Amino acid sequence: MLLFIVVPFILAIVFSLTNQRLMSPNAAEYVGLENYTNMLDLGVLVVDPVMDADGAILLDKNGDNQYPRLRKFTRNNPGYPDVKGMKEWFSFSWGEQKVAIMASDLVFMKALVNTFTFVAFVAPIQGALALVLALLINQPLRGIHIFRSIYFMPVVVSIVVVSLLWRFIYDGQNGLLNSALSTLTLGYFEPVNWLGNPDTALGSIMAMSIWQAVGFHMIIWLSGLQTISPTLYEAAKIEGASPWQTFRYVTWPGLRNTAVLVVIVITMQAFSLFAQIDVMTSGGPLDSTQTIVYQAVERGYGKQDISGGSAMSVVLFLIVLSISLLQRYLTREKN
Amino acid sequence: MADLQLKSIKKSYGSTQVINGVDIDIKDGEFVVFVGPSGCGKSTLLRMIAGLEDITGGELTIDGDVVNNLQPKERGIAMVFQSYAIFPHMTVRENVGFGLTVSGVPKSEKVRRVNEAAQVLQMEHLLERRPSQLSGGQRQRVAIGRAIVRDPKVFLFDEPLSNLDAALRMDMRMEISKLHKKLGATMIYVTHDQVEAMTLADKIVVLKDGEVQQIGSPMELFHNPANRFVAGFLGSPSMNFVSTEVISYDDTSITVGSEVLDAVTLPRNGRDVVVGDTLELGIRPQYLEPHHGDVKGALHGSVSLSERLGTETVLDVALLDGNKVIASISQDQQFEVGDKISLYFDVNRVHIF
Repeated sequence: MLLFIVVPFILAIVFSLTNQRLMSPNAAEYVGLENYTNMLDLGVLVVDPVMDADGAILLDKNGDNQYPRLRKFTRNNPGYPDVKGMKEWFSFSWGEQKVAIMASDLVFMKALVNTFTFVAFVAPIQGALALVLALLINQPLRGIHIFRSIYFMPVVVSIVVVSLLWRFIYDGQNGLLNSALSTLTLGYFEPVNWLGNPDTALGSIMAMSIWQAVGFHMIIWLSGLQTISPTLYEAAKIEGASPWQTFRYVTWPGLRNTAVLVVIVITMQAFSLFAQIDVMTSGGPLDSTQTIVYQAVERGYGKQDISGGSAMSVVLFLIVLSISLLQRYLTREKN
Repeated sequence: MADLQLKSIKKSYGSTQVINGVDIDIKDGEFVVFVGPSGCGKSTLLRMIAGLEDITGGELTIDGDVVNNLQPKERGIAMVFQSYAIFPHMTVRENVGFGLTVSGVPKSEKVRRVNEAAQVLQMEHLLERRPSQLSGGQRQRVAIGRAIVRDPKVFLFDEPLSNLDAALRMDMRMEISKLHKKLGATMIYVTHDQVEAMTLADKIVVLKDGEVQQIGSPMELFHNPANRFVAGFLGSPSMNFVSTEVISYDDTSITVGSEVLDAVTLPRNGRDVVVGDTLELGIRPQYLEPHHGDVKGALHGSVSLSERLGTETVLDVALLDGNKVIASISQDQQFEVGDKISLYFDVNRVHIF
């Protein structure tokens, strides 16, 4: 317990404060929070449009304002020490000016956004879908065990194997999904390279991840459902409650503790998204499927920068911890 | 308020028959108790009336309408469960008003009716509490409150007092009895406790193995049980049975006797017998009069256990042939284990089976 949980945990925090590199002959030095600042530093750059000698704004071919290239500010420009070495994350117009948000570690920022997007979609959809499935398979019908097994099957299979299989399904040329959609739409559907397109890659991975783990959460919901006393349902029936009212007044309140568990577990699992990315896209295309854990591994082992990777892990830990605490707080018994 | 008829009601699970054609007529405002040992089908029968179990055969009518295929809410019934079945996350007020909430009764009327029900059950002070803060008796009161607030045609009680301790059970029993008088509603009550049956019922239905054994008022059943089962089931301690042989008979009387019983002459009441027939005599423990030593015309045996309760003495007596009988005397009287005794009884108090 101590060896496998506490020691690595402390090591990660310690490493994140040094410039330790794997295979490096130099001894690690204490660098304070440098890893964190390198990773999380953001800058704001407000850029005036390019004007001609009379003060009129130059327009480009589309009629938009022209702005100087941001590189002029970030490279060798002593006037802007705040954004030194940073890259543009995103920018927007503010009156005539352009506001650019600059990040020192652009890939990490993308990973952060992708991870949050992933969680924001996967957690509610997976949780709700799992509940619907659990309600369905909780019916006392003949052969219901077969359905329970079917829904649970993807959970038993290794995520790596599942990811490999789904690579075939998502294949751009003759993947199963493209073929199926094409058949269903009588050939009108244009094949999409699901994992090769930055617009669809993350969504595809979400869909597959939801499918893979939904069975697990279904089982948790199911166990919660089965703790609700059948007489409560009978009482509700006698009192004349409709199916929806029964769910609202009997089932859902009875599932409260289960719901807290499911939400926290799904959130934590979703935040640690890694294997699917590693197998299916390696973070690409154009960093559209970078995630925090994938970046941490990539940084720590791929680039041998164990301290940078550790710093990311610590950030992830803090994010997950605070979200779990928030969820606990929001779902507390109001009494 | 309604009357209710069960006409050859049947229930089977697959090929297992659990209710084999039950006919019961329940009049408006009657308090009917279904009583029987566990597994006799009394709860199943109640759940069939409630609409929680399908009716396999026969006809169930409430107020003249056949309700076999109606949902519980359409039957105008309310039910109180053994496990209370009150919703743990709702306050007492919400629990009592649940039926009104789901049927969309306006708020002001709901408040008024919940308050009325609470007043009837004297639990106004509990309304804002949660079930976890209530005792067993209070929870059962909430469950009853939930039933009366909807003003149903028929109240169904499924062993409502079984989860309560003995003292509370007696209180609640009286409360339910008072409630019935106050509301004048038709009530059907299931229990395995014959004391509850005897004290509450206008009419008792004794069930065994899915069949009605006898229907009647408590005293009818007590004094004129239709068969050995009813005789043995009602009364506490239960009736003693002694096997005897017919020695002789004439037009109005039969004389019987056995190894343990001196010959006694009983009224014949038109019974067909021949000499040598075996007759079972049923004698209630309260009607056995124990005497030390030998007394003529009595049962003979020895005391194997004596329980003295102060106002009552219960003797466990081993007869000479090894069978046991129980005698209950309504006063404190001393018998030692092993004492030889005779049990005298009034022949007019004897049931013959």
